[in-house]
Amino acid sequence: MAWVNAIIQGVLTGGLYALFACGLSLMFGVMKVVNLAHGDLAVVAGYIAIGVITVTHIPVLWSFLIVVPVMAALGYVLQRTIIQGALDRGVLTTLMVTFGLSVVIENGLLQFFSANSRGIGVGLSLITASFSIGSQIQIAYLLVLIFAVAVLVLLGLQFFLSKSKFGRLIRASADDPEATQLAGADYRHVFGIAAALAFATVALGGIAYGMYSQLSPTTGTDTILLFAFAAVVIGGLGSLWGTLLGGVVLGVAQQIGAQINISDEVLAGYIVFLAVLVLRPQGLIGRRAQS
Amino acid sequence: MTAPAVEGNGSRANGASPLLEISDLAVHHGQLRALDSISLQVFAGEVYAIIGANGAGKSTLLRTIAGLHHPSTGSVRFDGADVTGLRPEQRARQGIVMVPEGRRLFGSLSVEENLKVGATYARQGPWTIDRVYEMFGWMRERRSQRTAQLSGGEQQAVAIGRALVANPRVLLLDELSLGLAPVVVQRIYGMMPQILSTGITVLLVEQDVSQALRVASHIQCLLEGRTTLQGRPTDVTAEQVERAYFGLASSASGGQPAEGSDA
Repeated sequence: MAWVNAIIQGVLTGGLYALFACGLSLMFGVMKVVNLAHGDLAVVAGYIAIGVITVTHIPVLWSFLIVVPVMAALGYVLQRTIIQGALDRGVLTTLMVTFGLSVVIENGLLQFFSANSRGIGVGLSLITASFSIGSQIQIAYLLVLIFAVAVLVLLGLQFFLSKSKFGRLIRASADDPEATQLAGADYRHVFGIAAALAFATVALGGIAYGMYSQLSPTTGTDTILLFAFAAVVIGGLGSLWGTLLGGVVLGVAQQIGAQINISDEVLAGYIVFLAVLVLRPQGLIGRRAQS
Repeated sequence: MTAPAVEGNGSRANGASPLLEISDLAVHHGQLRALDSISLQVFAGEVYAIIGANGAGKSTLLRTIAGLHHPSTGSVRFDGADVTGLRPEQRARQGIVMVPEGRRLFGSLSVEENLKVGATYARQGPWTIDRVYEMFGWMRERRSQRTAQLSGGEQQAVAIGRALVANPRVLLLDELSLGLAPVVVQRIYGMMPQILSTGITVLLVEQDVSQALRVASHIQCLLEGRTTLQGRPTDVTAEQVERAYFGLASSASGGQPAEGSDA
């Protein structure tokens, strides 16, 4: 029964990891940008949520109504300014620029908010409540909610990219930016919108993690970015459903590791990550792009 | 006008102003001068062909007109307005639409999605996706296929269709025949009358000189970034074309563009 529990918990945590990963996957899939500041931006979103909740007394769950648009706008602006500037100089430059951004954000947060960790909505019944199946399986409502949000976000992204006019332009720009220009589309604007979408998912991931666990200035790089990377690589780049699968596999691996020995939780996840890299580098769903 | 330029100005110079006018254009790729003092005038309804050997600057010229390269000097005027400072997408929306060399289809999109992208910012006009399907009969039933599954000629047809649904006023065709079998090239150029009948003006770049001479109403030959010959295909001799193309004898000094000859 303990193993069943581990798998259920792993699958649900996988939803959180998929939420981290889909923005990273989208930015890479469309702009070929590996956003090393991805995790730090999630932490920023979490801190904004804490600030918004403190100042406006908005219910914790509804904070996303403010944080998501703010982060989406930030995504558009960052893409149109420093990330596009880096892209124009070559794909490798984006690595350095987003790494720099990551360092600046992390140290800015340390400077202004200290190294203390903080949670979102600490003590709320929503966050601590759970229900039981049998005697050994306890499932937190929050994890179920996060998993549901992750699935909805992925469904929404998938639908938008495959069915909408603008989604089509995003896929076209990912294939060949210059050719989309010849069709009258401003690919820089298209990239900006894609970044806004990615940052919106980052915002949800940051809030979710702040509620699920604790945020500190270093959480972004030492947890969120790494888990996002692992989920993307396990699932397969460019495939949104692969991202969910990657998150779930990572989550399950971690929980099974923890079941064997609590100190092996994180290690087990990375062992699976490495195994996939070696044995199936294209990821579990090795299909190209969203179709 | 210098010797090799043969200009038969009949129908071109009826006081009409050119639809597309390039004046004294120079384009550099870094230190390399790709184009030097190029001028040309394309009038509505013409098929204007740029010919020349590999590296003559033909594609650079077309890409500069489309806005993908920035000239170091000179100007591009379209329908009387200076468009030199406009970005490629702005020019496309005004009706300067290019079919790029190598087709450049969106590989992860289906045939129909490729056409839909082309139609996203389309001007008003006769061309629709349906009309493209009518022109290329096979395309409708294969519209949901990825373009990678198509043959080279079919891909070229989709690329032309993608440009047509934008309802261009000037269609820029860059090396249509590249990598295609002669019979396929014949078939694609066979579509030209249908395209012209809808009032589209064509400016094309072609390495295959005989093909260009067959379809063009006006040709201009480039050599190492300079104009070596221009005129109507009927007014130039095969020998003149050969000299202009390879830069032999008298044309090696570099013919001057026909500035002012149409005034």
